[in-house]
Amino acid sequence: MTDRNEMLIPVVGVITDVRMDTPDVKTFRVVTPDGVKPFAHMPGQCAMLSIPGVGEAMFSITSSPTNTEFMEFSIKKCGCVTEWLHQAEPGQQITVRGPYGKPFPVEEDLKGKDLLFIAGGIGLAPLRSVINYVRHYRENYGKVQIVYGARSKDDLVDYSEIINEWMTDDGIEVNLTIDREQEGWDGHVGFIPNFVKELSPDLNKTVLMCGPPIMIKFTLQGLMELGFKKTQVYTTMELRMKCGIGKCGRCNIGSKYVCKDGPVFRFDELDELPDEY
Amino acid sequence: MRKCSLSEMNKVFARIASAQKLYLPVDGEAGAEYKLWEEGTEWSNALNTVKSPKDFFFPQLENLMEFKVTGKSIEVIDTRKASEDFVVFGVRACDVKSFEVLDRVFLVDPVDSYYATRREHGTIVSLACTRPTETCFCRTFGIDATEPQGDVVTWKTETQLFFEAKTQKGQAFMSLIEDLTEECDGSEVEAQKEKTGKILARLPLANLSADAFGADKTDKFFNAPEWKTLSEACLGCGTCTFVCPTCQCYDIKDFSTGSGVVRFRCWDSCMYSDFTKMAHGNPRLTQLERFRQRFMHKLVYYPTNNDGMFSCVGCGRCLSSCPISMNIVKVMKTLGDKADD
Repeated sequence: MTDRNEMLIPVVGVITDVRMDTPDVKTFRVVTPDGVKPFAHMPGQCAMLSIPGVGEAMFSITSSPTNTEFMEFSIKKCGCVTEWLHQAEPGQQITVRGPYGKPFPVEEDLKGKDLLFIAGGIGLAPLRSVINYVRHYRENYGKVQIVYGARSKDDLVDYSEIINEWMTDDGIEVNLTIDREQEGWDGHVGFIPNFVKELSPDLNKTVLMCGPPIMIKFTLQGLMELGFKKTQVYTTMELRMKCGIGKCGRCNIGSKYVCKDGPVFRFDELDELPDEY
Repeated sequence: MRKCSLSEMNKVFARIASAQKLYLPVDGEAGAEYKLWEEGTEWSNALNTVKSPKDFFFPQLENLMEFKVTGKSIEVIDTRKASEDFVVFGVRACDVKSFEVLDRVFLVDPVDSYYATRREHGTIVSLACTRPTETCFCRTFGIDATEPQGDVVTWKTETQLFFEAKTQKGQAFMSLIEDLTEECDGSEVEAQKEKTGKILARLPLANLSADAFGADKTDKFFNAPEWKTLSEACLGCGTCTFVCPTCQCYDIKDFSTGSGVVRFRCWDSCMYSDFTKMAHGNPRLTQLERFRQRFMHKLVYYPTNNDGMFSCVGCGRCLSSCPISMNIVKVMKTLGDKADD
């Protein structure tokens, strides 16, 4: 045996709660078998979850670091590992390792700034960690605006938290939209890029954006048209990963590895990378 | 410097093998390969092995850990063992340099403990080249085939093997065979180096230059139209990555044994279509992107992160093994020439 630390070896995690958010997104609460949070993290960082015999995959940690009791992962059903997880019941053990990657600069660049969060669908998962961190340390940040959209009302992740907590906070403006008209929905209807343009947010805001690639592309375009600069806009990337520590080679874009140099990038940093993501 | 008659080498091998595992190139049907020395094993005269010796530190397949799954419960079993000391004998200058390239991946924080343990326990005995061939281009990357790195460096003449210890591990190796070797001056070695140096200078690839490539050259080469013709015939077989001493990409997978689960890692290749394939798509859709990734990584991305050091050592294995005769030399010539335009 060797007593050397090894990042590839995970610890055991227990799923203590499974919340059905949307028809294809569930949020899993995870602690260690001793009932504590597996490890500390910062908003935007990720963790490798695995089911031995099924596989291992990288997920953003959706709970805020200020939650010291457990970790939460909002996971959309779309592959082997995620489908297996969606069948899991409370009490099921999995493995966890991390945290991986560079977080959103909540203690640096974002401090004292007015913030605009733009999320599409499951893209809210990594941003929820930042939003709740900012809510916890409210005095350190300026105005907060959240623009969140999904295909339908039923596809909005964390809907009750948004309605009951975020919308009732002072100094937080929440703008929701869904793609198509729906019975029982009297809010905005339309795609996020246009919605953001209609809302015409203040140009002094720092933007944190996450969603499907097509949404990112057109929303960024819209922001540029409004007069935002790329140095004001952050996003978080997703590429296939195996090791999480910049060695297995999978998430390599140019000289960067998304798992360790990202997943959080500013758009001017992404501009310096080859267009291969 | 010490020396030993080639006719006495069996005694040297036997002595080392009595203390630790000794691996050396042995001729096989498909060419030379590293094998464990046993009484009667014959040291190959081949210029180099078909597969590189990176296997000793980064094996093609290795078990990382095990899991015991009982109902909803999981037990993680750390199966790492303390490695035994071993010697890799007869490693060429290019391959010794490849360990430095791999070290900069596996030994940087967070250290890969599997690799690090093997590296600590392995003694590298290198062998200077005397008959470099037409596929050799180590000189392009500043490697001197007559003066390899390693814990012990050896030079082979018609009748003698000359030894020089370079590290503490190397000194320990030499003390093991002290009575089988004798002190000598290095005059024969110097003469041999000069002779080999002349051959190296006359090789067909002797003047291949990597100067056009290196750190921060992404913009210069990434969108070059030449990638299309260069990659057109690539079969995506990945042979180049498997024989390459510096390719380090790997996969991690689980294997159910019936009574438990073994999580293993194995070599993988950026030349494969599923390497970057995710549930939501694939950022490298065609062979052009995969092909470009391999060479951009070796010639631009790796140097950007490693003080300009290239992730190619000019061993020439990919030149002789590619089924369509495409290789890094053709890529460098095509794109390097373009850079001069």
